[in-house]
Amino acid sequence: MASKLMQRRRDRIDELAAGADEGVSLAKDAMRRMARNPVAITGASIIAVFAVLAVLSPVLAPKDPFIRYNELTDRLRPDAIPGPMPGFLLGSDQNGYDFFSRLLVGAQQTLIVGVMATLIGVSIGIVLGGLAGAIGGWVDTLLMRFTDIMLSFPSLLLAISIAALFARTSQWTVIIAVAMVAVPIFARLLRGSMLAQRHSDHVLAATALGVHRRTIVFRHMLPNALGPVIVQATLTLATAIIDAAALSFLGLGDPDPVRAEWGLMLANAQDYLEVKPELAFYPAIAIIVVALGFTLLGESLREALDPKTRR
Amino acid sequence: MALLEVRDLSVVFSRKGQSPFSAVDGVSFSVQPGQTVGLVGESGCGKSVTSLAIMGLLPRRSARVGGSVAFEGTELFSLSDKEMRDRRGKDLGMVFQDPLSSLNPVVPIGLQVTEVLERHRGMARKQARAEATELLNKVGIPDPTRRLSEYPHQLSGGMRQRALIAIALACRPRLLIADEPTTALDVTIQAQILSLLKELVAGTETALIMITHDLGVVAGLCDEVNVLYGGRIVERAERHELFAAPRHPYTHGLLDSIPRLDAARGEKLSPIRGSVADNIPWDGGCAFAPRCPNALRTCVEVTPELEWHEGRLLRCHNPVQPAALGVGSKEAR
Repeated sequence: MASKLMQRRRDRIDELAAGADEGVSLAKDAMRRMARNPVAITGASIIAVFAVLAVLSPVLAPKDPFIRYNELTDRLRPDAIPGPMPGFLLGSDQNGYDFFSRLLVGAQQTLIVGVMATLIGVSIGIVLGGLAGAIGGWVDTLLMRFTDIMLSFPSLLLAISIAALFARTSQWTVIIAVAMVAVPIFARLLRGSMLAQRHSDHVLAATALGVHRRTIVFRHMLPNALGPVIVQATLTLATAIIDAAALSFLGLGDPDPVRAEWGLMLANAQDYLEVKPELAFYPAIAIIVVALGFTLLGESLREALDPKTRR
Repeated sequence: MALLEVRDLSVVFSRKGQSPFSAVDGVSFSVQPGQTVGLVGESGCGKSVTSLAIMGLLPRRSARVGGSVAFEGTELFSLSDKEMRDRRGKDLGMVFQDPLSSLNPVVPIGLQVTEVLERHRGMARKQARAEATELLNKVGIPDPTRRLSEYPHQLSGGMRQRALIAIALACRPRLLIADEPTTALDVTIQAQILSLLKELVAGTETALIMITHDLGVVAGLCDEVNVLYGGRIVERAERHELFAAPRHPYTHGLLDSIPRLDAARGEKLSPIRGSVADNIPWDGGCAFAPRCPNALRTCVEVTPELEWHEGRLLRCHNPVQPAALGVGSKEAR
């Protein structure tokens, strides 16, 4: 009897020991915590659905989103736009295109704009913030005053000003304008955490070992400083999508009305709000849901990476 | 020739809008090859600043370093940044106080060991890895091959400090500076780490500077002991002499304040009164005078000099008399 108990206890100890021995890096640990967090799972699911739709939309769309269908144009009246009918799930838009197909394809446009803008913003921000944090001195002062100036503008106003600099507006105008707004945020964030790393014990220890400055910056400072930047990038994806939609809405995006883009669809639906409110309602909902997905994921990523919330 | 010759080292921290603060003032000592020298004192007495100054690790902008540090006859302060980087880790190794924060949390232990080997001994990655396994084995880390690919947070405190020691000794430096290497560890591990350090430097030419506030560490390890107070050396003696008969009232107080097993029940601990002041005025009197039980009138009027006194260096107007130690043998260890 007693030996049985002892055996069970021994097994349990072995089990615990085996579990404790597993190698976990910071990233793996964060992933494991994310997988247990319902908020993260919700966010990730929304993004996954959105990404699948975006990639497969040309295949999934029941009709060609760029062709006017006679069945629809025939019924277009100034005071009536056809609603759902066989073959056309959500009916027509104001121009006689299949509304549902255009919504689907819009996901792709939105994803491209959001991801590209964030990538460009992060890349430039990392270079600037990394330089400021690693070199310090006048480089730091110069770059940080520059970001101060950029940050002193309301973000949408800044994006509009940048977009307005281009002679001809296109999809890239939106991407670049949105990216530029994000640059100072990333630069400042990385610079701050690089500075914190610079005064950390392990950087002092590496210096005491005569490690090259290059190695110290790239191996000992940068990887430790990137955590907040990754979190911010996820959150920025959400705002980038909203900002891009806003720019399209204001007519600073691609002027081609055929292009299916949620912000543009929203803008063009303005005149038909009384005739068919769904034309504005669905793109708006889509934008909100996707932005929410990225925000949820970003927030839970922040939580997972934050050592203070560790159990 | 001494391995390391520190002459009149001074460090002054100055910041805009603040009065300059003198952390180390006229510290001189030398280290022979294979010797273990202790720097002892309470928090804020300038021990760590001394070690950082020797390594050239103080921030250039806010710290003014004076005096000279000669390593095998080469003046370290006159070396360029690059020359100094080449020496750090290779000739001069350093072990820091907190092993967790001194290791990079996102880089596996192995890479942090091989990094130094590649840098200073020009080893290829594979060769360095084999050497790293050997090193971890030498400092008593079991299963070194597996440990190499683990991250610092997966190691226990003692193992982390062993890893740090392995990194510091990777290039067989001729001088190792250990800055409170056992403070962040619990007692049983402390003893292990100390005997490891002792074992690693014994029989080699590697000299060790042991920086600590713990007199027990000094007693077990050091050949010669420097006691610091307020950025100056107040007493220097050979280990046995210092513990048998501490002459400076501060040293005496330090030894006296250690709780002992053979104390009578209910006997109170005897602390040193007061605490270290932020900026200690050595001009116009002894900095320890306000806390000193032996203080005389001259102590607050004339700054004592570091002078030879019966075979040891002493900075005191009114040293503790060996007879005044009370139950004579009690102090001898």
